[in-house]
Amino acid sequence: MGELKLMKGNEAIAEAAIREGVDAYFGYPITPQSEVIEYLMMEKPEERTGMVVLQAESELAAINMVYGAAAAGKKVFTSSSSPGISLYQEGISYIAGAELPCVIANVVRGGPGLGTIQPSQADYFQTVKGGGHGDYRLLTLAPASVQEMADFIELGFELAYKYKNPVMILSDGMIGQMMEKVELKEQKPRWTDQEINEMNGSWAAIGKPETRERNIITSLDLDSAKMEQHNHHLQAKYRKMESDEVRFETFNTDDAEYLIVAYGSSARIAQKSLALARAKGIKAGLFRPITLYPFPMKALAELAPLLKGILSVEMSAGQMIEDIKLAVECNVRVEHFGRYGGIIHSPEEVLEALEQKIIGG
Amino acid sequence: MDIKDIVKEENLVYKKTPLMTNNVLSYCPGCGHGTAHRIVMEVLEELGAQAETIGVAPVGCSVLAYEFMNIDMIQAAHGRAPAVATGIKRCYPDKYVFTYQGDGDLAAIGTAETIHACNRGENFTIIFINNGIYGMTGGQMAPTTLKGMKTSTSPYGRDLGSMGNPLKITELVAQLPGTYFVTRQAVHTPAAVRKTKKAVRKAFDLQKENKGLCFIEIVSNCNSGWKMSPVKANQWMVENMFPFYPMGDVKVDGQLVIKG
Amino acid sequence: MTEEIIIAGFGGQGVLSMGKILAYSGIMQDQEVSWMPSYGPEMRGGTANVTVIVSDERISSPILNFYDTAIILNQQSMDKFESTVKPGGLLLYDPNGITRHPERKDINIYAIEGARLAAEMGNTKIFNMIVLGAYLKLKPIVKLENVILGLKKSLPERYHKLIPMNEAALKAGMENPQEMVSA
Repeated sequence: MGELKLMKGNEAIAEAAIREGVDAYFGYPITPQSEVIEYLMMEKPEERTGMVVLQAESELAAINMVYGAAAAGKKVFTSSSSPGISLYQEGISYIAGAELPCVIANVVRGGPGLGTIQPSQADYFQTVKGGGHGDYRLLTLAPASVQEMADFIELGFELAYKYKNPVMILSDGMIGQMMEKVELKEQKPRWTDQEINEMNGSWAAIGKPETRERNIITSLDLDSAKMEQHNHHLQAKYRKMESDEVRFETFNTDDAEYLIVAYGSSARIAQKSLALARAKGIKAGLFRPITLYPFPMKALAELAPLLKGILSVEMSAGQMIEDIKLAVECNVRVEHFGRYGGIIHSPEEVLEALEQKIIGG
Repeated sequence: MDIKDIVKEENLVYKKTPLMTNNVLSYCPGCGHGTAHRIVMEVLEELGAQAETIGVAPVGCSVLAYEFMNIDMIQAAHGRAPAVATGIKRCYPDKYVFTYQGDGDLAAIGTAETIHACNRGENFTIIFINNGIYGMTGGQMAPTTLKGMKTSTSPYGRDLGSMGNPLKITELVAQLPGTYFVTRQAVHTPAAVRKTKKAVRKAFDLQKENKGLCFIEIVSNCNSGWKMSPVKANQWMVENMFPFYPMGDVKVDGQLVIKG
Repeated sequence: MTEEIIIAGFGGQGVLSMGKILAYSGIMQDQEVSWMPSYGPEMRGGTANVTVIVSDERISSPILNFYDTAIILNQQSMDKFESTVKPGGLLLYDPNGITRHPERKDINIYAIEGARLAAEMGNTKIFNMIVLGAYLKLKPIVKLENVILGLKKSLPERYHKLIPMNEAALKAGMENPQEMVSA
């Protein structure tokens, strides 16, 4: 068993990044995730592992520092919160277009605009439907605990390098600010420059030796026919992710007549609602997507015929519900419930919505 | 006399550096970009640094620089090259890293990245091509467009009252403690080319010594954007650009050069 | 066993750190824990509260409407949280500065004169440990030895010299909770 600590989600993800052997973190402070860079600076990672940590002059600069380091084959991580992630979008589109691996965490707060610093899940569309320009997809992992904030660093980098694609850890102010028990992994050594050369030398811009053609990192091709080809290649990669990387978790679905679908912190709240419902004799189940892209379409579609109704619960005005409806092809009633603008719904409110909108509706 | 009698090793007076690719330059005939590219690549050849160099070219006419420079390169978003270069250089402090940016990129959309990379004293080299116009997008006004100069977005000439003043970003970054060598050069005559090459060599040598950021402005022409013949464009540049953007070193060994 | 607790008071009273030490104590005896603070500008000089859950099982929602125990340290928190204690639950409060005392009949109400005791012991900073001691006397969900271990884990090394003083405060709290009967 690894070391047990009581940590905030923001601290756990930072510590996990050091232990993962991440080469660099670039970021800009924004509530509710500033503890990530504060923790990293306090830990002196340049002494612990040689990891570079730099506070950039803006989110625009931070994401482009990530782009540069990733383009040079280094393992690079960044984090921000909603308004900052909006500023990241240009860079994320370039990173996706140039097919570079990196891990980005969004500790979501309420919006739109400057919004609030309180938790929210209203960045679902931004994350899984684009955000930046062009046809690209972000592999998206939604942690529901402090433990998963830490664990998804390792999983995130594994997927990022497997697909040469940016990975988003979509959390929120609740997971970022709360403390839980977390089991930390052993320190991994950082890759040596030689290892990076062996693993990433075929594509990374790390200096052209005599023995190979030059490596060029770009998302540009002025020849539209070539650009279409590049897009075909990206789409094939996304189809592969959709078939191989779907992750989800279910609770009490075996005999469920009613299903709550919720991710991240809403899934935690809904677990309590589920217990309250079962105590009242309501046959409810919970389906928790862990990957939001790829969304667990098939698994939900398989459950749908057994159900009388689905309640989509997220701290937004209703975003994930669109993917649920696509998944079940409207063969079962689907309704949305969620508080938003920084308000967190309570387990009782979720149960009440289930009773009124689905069971009584 | 047969051509074979002429093409001989002993008659060789000039040879293209292998650090330039064989791709045909996409720049307009008469443009200074090709010369500036060649200078940077010749310096890297002299340093034997091909395997140790990463270049960053952002948006602008030089967006395709990676087609011509035979080194590993990264294409950056508009204005963000100094941030991209920071990311690389922080991870590889022993490699040569440079950005190759135009005036719109460096002094308008990327001003913050430029100033902060300079202020942090990042150990890379910025090559800044200033031709006072947005060339690639078809001749719009740049931050460095001179007073009264006509562009497609200042068709009656740049009006300082409504459009602001041309920005001397080179003098501005020279004020920052993180810059070590700041100079303004040109590539319109053989003598200017030789001086520029010396400056570029110096900048890369200083990068190896971790002295801080070295910044080389190259005042150049844009005969297409300026709607002039190449010769006329160079004349116009000497008569109009040079008085406002004077040639020579602005900061040497971390010390501002006092002119007077 | 699952114990759901809200601790609420002014910023600076040690509300968040009391919750943190309690959560760490739970970890020391292999329990699951969560600690969910209110955060943001309200923390700066205003009210602060934290929800702590200690359980033998995986914890579901870290955010709750109703609690087994409310530890209340100022009037605003009394007004906000008295009604959130589950029937049969515990309300523990420091009467210092309280103008309207709790009125419910269906819960157990105790007072701990934390502020007064801390002043008598010559250190206002141990106030929160006195209150925590009183709580653990009433609901011994974690052992004192595990609280000391939790303190060691949550305090930086340079503050470990303060642990004996904190232990004394915990013990003082354990000796002094006072049962209150609603008027």
